Amino acid sequence: MFLLLKYTLLYTVVLMLVALGGMFSERSGIINIALEGIMVIGGLMGVIAIQLLPQGASAATIVLVSVLAAALAGMLYAALLAFASINLNADQTIGGTALNMLATALAMVIAKGFNGSASAKLDYSNRAFIYEIGPLTVNVFLFIGIAILILSYVILYKTRLGLRLRACGEHPQAADSVGINVYKMRYIGVLFSGILGGIGGMAYIIPSVSSWNFEVGVSGAGFLALAVMIFGQWKPFRIFFAAVFFALFKSLANIASSIPMMAALGWTQNMYNMIPFIASMVILAFTSKKSRAPKAEGVPYDKGSR
Amino acid sequence: MSEYIIEMLNITKEFPGIRANDNITLQLRKGEIHALLGENGAGKSTLMSVLFGLYQPEKGEIRKNGEVVRIKDPNDANALGIGMVHQHFKLVEVFSVLDNIILGVEPATKRLGFLQKSDARKKVLALSERYGLKVDPDAMIEDITVGMQQRTEILKMLYRDNEVLIFDEPTAVLTPQEIDELMKIMKGLAAEGKSILFITHKLDEIKAVADRCTVLRKGRYVGTVDVATTSKEEMSEMMVGRKVQLVMDKKPLTPGESILSVQNLTVRSKKHGKPLVNNVSFNVRRGEIACIAGIDGNGQSELVYALTGLMKAESGKVFLGDKEISHMTVRERNLAGISHIPEDRHKHGLVLDYTLENNLVLKRYFDKQFSEKGFLKFAEIRQYAEGLIEKFDVRSGQGPVTTARSMSGGNQQKAIIAREIDLGNDLLIAVQPTRGLDVGAIEYIRKELLRQRDSGKAVLLVSLELDEVLEVPDRILVMYEGEIVGELDPKHTTAKELGLYMAGAQRKG
Amino acid sequence: MESNKEKKSLTARLASSEAFLSVAASLICILIGLALGVVVLAIINPAHAFKDGLLVILQSGLKSPRNMGTVLANAAPLIMTGLSVGFAFKTGLFNIGAAGQYTVGAFGALYCALVLHLPWYLCLLVAMIFGALWGAIPGIFKAYLNINEVITAIMFNWIGLYMVNDIMYGKGKSPMYDLATTKTYSLRKAAPESMIPSCGMSDMFGKLQSVTIAIFIAVFLALVVYIVLNKTTFGYELRACGFNKNAAQYAGINDKRNIILSMTIAGALAGVGAGLYYLSTVAEWNPQVSTALPAIGFNGISAALLACSNPIGTIFSSLFISYITVGGTKLSTQYYTKEIADVITALIIYLCAFSLLFKNKIRAVLAGKTRNINVGKGGDA
Repeated sequence: MFLLLKYTLLYTVVLMLVALGGMFSERSGIINIALEGIMVIGGLMGVIAIQLLPQGASAATIVLVSVLAAALAGMLYAALLAFASINLNADQTIGGTALNMLATALAMVIAKGFNGSASAKLDYSNRAFIYEIGPLTVNVFLFIGIAILILSYVILYKTRLGLRLRACGEHPQAADSVGINVYKMRYIGVLFSGILGGIGGMAYIIPSVSSWNFEVGVSGAGFLALAVMIFGQWKPFRIFFAAVFFALFKSLANIASSIPMMAALGWTQNMYNMIPFIASMVILAFTSKKSRAPKAEGVPYDKGSR
Repeated sequence: MSEYIIEMLNITKEFPGIRANDNITLQLRKGEIHALLGENGAGKSTLMSVLFGLYQPEKGEIRKNGEVVRIKDPNDANALGIGMVHQHFKLVEVFSVLDNIILGVEPATKRLGFLQKSDARKKVLALSERYGLKVDPDAMIEDITVGMQQRTEILKMLYRDNEVLIFDEPTAVLTPQEIDELMKIMKGLAAEGKSILFITHKLDEIKAVADRCTVLRKGRYVGTVDVATTSKEEMSEMMVGRKVQLVMDKKPLTPGESILSVQNLTVRSKKHGKPLVNNVSFNVRRGEIACIAGIDGNGQSELVYALTGLMKAESGKVFLGDKEISHMTVRERNLAGISHIPEDRHKHGLVLDYTLENNLVLKRYFDKQFSEKGFLKFAEIRQYAEGLIEKFDVRSGQGPVTTARSMSGGNQQKAIIAREIDLGNDLLIAVQPTRGLDVGAIEYIRKELLRQRDSGKAVLLVSLELDEVLEVPDRILVMYEGEIVGELDPKHTTAKELGLYMAGAQRKG
Repeated sequence: MESNKEKKSLTARLASSEAFLSVAASLICILIGLALGVVVLAIINPAHAFKDGLLVILQSGLKSPRNMGTVLANAAPLIMTGLSVGFAFKTGLFNIGAAGQYTVGAFGALYCALVLHLPWYLCLLVAMIFGALWGAIPGIFKAYLNINEVITAIMFNWIGLYMVNDIMYGKGKSPMYDLATTKTYSLRKAAPESMIPSCGMSDMFGKLQSVTIAIFIAVFLALVVYIVLNKTTFGYELRACGFNKNAAQYAGINDKRNIILSMTIAGALAGVGAGLYYLSTVAEWNPQVSTALPAIGFNGISAALLACSNPIGTIFSSLFISYITVGGTKLSTQYYTKEIADVITALIIYLCAFSLLFKNKIRAVLAGKTRNINVGKGGDA
């Protein structure tokens, strides 16, 4: 049971972080389908940062430096999406897809280059990230995640920045007419999503295993986060609950074989892996009529058209 | 100190291929209501966008209290005390009234930017008290009436302590009674020392509130007159450049049998379940033009959608001749005999990225004439398109192969009319067929509608323009909140009476 | 009209020719993509960036008949996924699900071959039907529930992948799974009757067995798609839906039916792609690598974008992508990894996302010379 809780917590944090990232981007009006790629790049840079740090570095230093590296890498990578969709009015979905493809290829090239071998597998120590609380193993991202969840809510609903960001996702012409710089707000939204996506990528890779093969990217976790965001209706706390729900199924895929009762069912890992995707489609099918996506998302803002 | 609070001198603004403002001068006195009059496309909105910092002029200068100022964006305009109520409100629908008012000038803590709304709320309440602008600051924009939304826009300007207020066609979306109230509010604002620029093409409103009036025509400055000493006819002539023919020549009405008959039609909104069209019954006969009049958003669009099959009706029946068409698809209704000039030519009427010829066969590409075993007959399509282009005088850069997007609005509309009329159907539904067009095109289209009537077709016209409603049809049906509240004879009614019906203040059978 | 055209200068004519602008914009994307690729090469290993990097990528594809054969064998399925994505684009839909449709199609083909031992054309047909079914799903969700096809397709990509892997692996006991290679059984030994015939092609290309008539099938289908889209009433309807859904509804075109049909056909094309790939024995399916969707599905997006969704253009863009991918595999592992080619391809699509901008720039440059002002919007009032 503790194992289930451990994995559920782990995936909840990952999905929530990345979905919150998506939320900031979409609330500002930019569809961010590149979350998957941002996670890959963020995770990769985080892992490399751990490896580059000297042996004797303290746990706090390792966590701080590597998480910052992941956040920064995610942000820079997201800037490519921002540039294409905000400055050049590119199709946001296509731009995002290109970045997803680029991320996997780039990660392999970098990982192999870093290894100096034909393998894209990186080894690292994740001890600095893990804490034992009684019988439960938790990782540092749980605390980061809770902090970011609360922070996201406050930023979105209690600050000037949040009000302006939301205005840009709903009615950019209105925001522009009262002197708000729509381009700037959208950049902030996309860059936020890069930061959270980068950290999320690291939270996905680091805590559970001590080596990662970048050939597999993050195996659809970014896309799952996209579903979590929609299921969470672009609202922070709803996203949290959606993340818990999705994480539960994803955890079952990992541990079903080690729980005798569930192993007896004879379900394969593939089946459990499928469930969150099927569940999200079923839920989308039932909630599609009530969906309240930001009204202006996906529509490039053109100053000339105001 | 200058006599004028704002002066726009010799403003020229060009867009690719068009000079929207050509050497225009406008001077606004402190505390006056100054009307800016002109037809659609005369350059009024462009000029105001220049003043509001949305566009930069190629030539000319703007002065505030006699000093030259540069307005690079709306922030600059705001800093100079210039505010604007846009024709399409700039309000975020899912925000509260208060959030919309403070957006862009939010009171917040200095260091972290936490919103501090309580003082703002007090100021908004005080302002709405002082100017009689009743509105609940905590209501969501999507839940309040258009009139209240407009008051929110006005409060937005007052909250920013603006002294120059621009109203861009503020009455287009209001009922006559709401218009009266707005006029009172505007006078009150002027009395408190605010200077108002009022963009309109409605002469009655200018007469009612404005002190002076500047007239534009085709991007050029025509002149500025004192409203009190100038007649409506004179201003109208300045606006259109020649005497307008106010009454169209119309042959006497000789109605035949009923072509369209609608019985107890009800259409309900999918979003909130309210009836958009409520138990409506009427008929249109051969050889007449019946007109659905009303303020925008009273169910006219939905009624037409339900008639043409674009929207499902909840109950009621529609007959075309003696055939019931209530359950037919759009295609079946088209083939049964409905021609439809849609409200929005870009949204519905044309595939803008198709060529003109492809658009001209949009409703009959599947005909035997134009296709064989699923393959299009391109030569036939070309020949047919060339015929229609000549017959209806549709002008375009490259003839049948011109992309519809690159054509002018008037010619796009002509192409739609050509296509719909040439279908030869008994019923023609024309929804706001003259919207956004210049005088020449308007005249052409109105005449075409009359020609259809005289050739024995049934025409259902839906119009928002009072003069069109009074001049063109043989019968007026007024819609208010989804119901037909009155049937009037255009020969024996006045704009005033019509207005009372449109505002729901009066109704009969 | 004709005489009017002749009067215009060459530059003006080019400026108003969509086809020319599209090709020019795509070429610019390719050039910038390659240039950025060189930058990546130079960062990794500056000394060898040109001779052992770029030149290898650009020349290897033609170096030997075998390499040329590899290019063709990989281009055939890519043309199909490219057509799949492009076809949906023409109807205004983004088929990001080509990878999933390809996956399910691959299962159909391999099942018919390895288990049922059907002749190749029946295997191909089943691959097509399986792909079509998988493509229809996002279409149905879009038409009846108004759920964005991109979201549905992404979800069903993964569902399809896990499902196919599960069946093909069958806990190691599936009749399709070869324990020795940890992949599906090779058709060459297990089901030669289901292989697409080579008709002498493999002899032409250095006895490379995977070179079959697949490339001709793909080119033929590209022509069919071109004709359907541009010459038929069905294509007229599909494109009308793609350009303006509302106007299509107004004209009485059944847009729901067309959305579903378009996605179904797109899925069928992707399914055929998988059939061409696996029935030509270019490779076997590995059900154990359960976390990656087949790259050919996503590269179809690149092929379609580079070709501006034009079916004929897709043939060439697919050949090009296949060509540089093969070039990538020939890079000396001493200096570089083969994924450099993927990086270049991905960069090219990223650039394609704003090829409209390139188009407008080229148009402006050309039109600037003739002052042919007829575009742009005027002030609305």
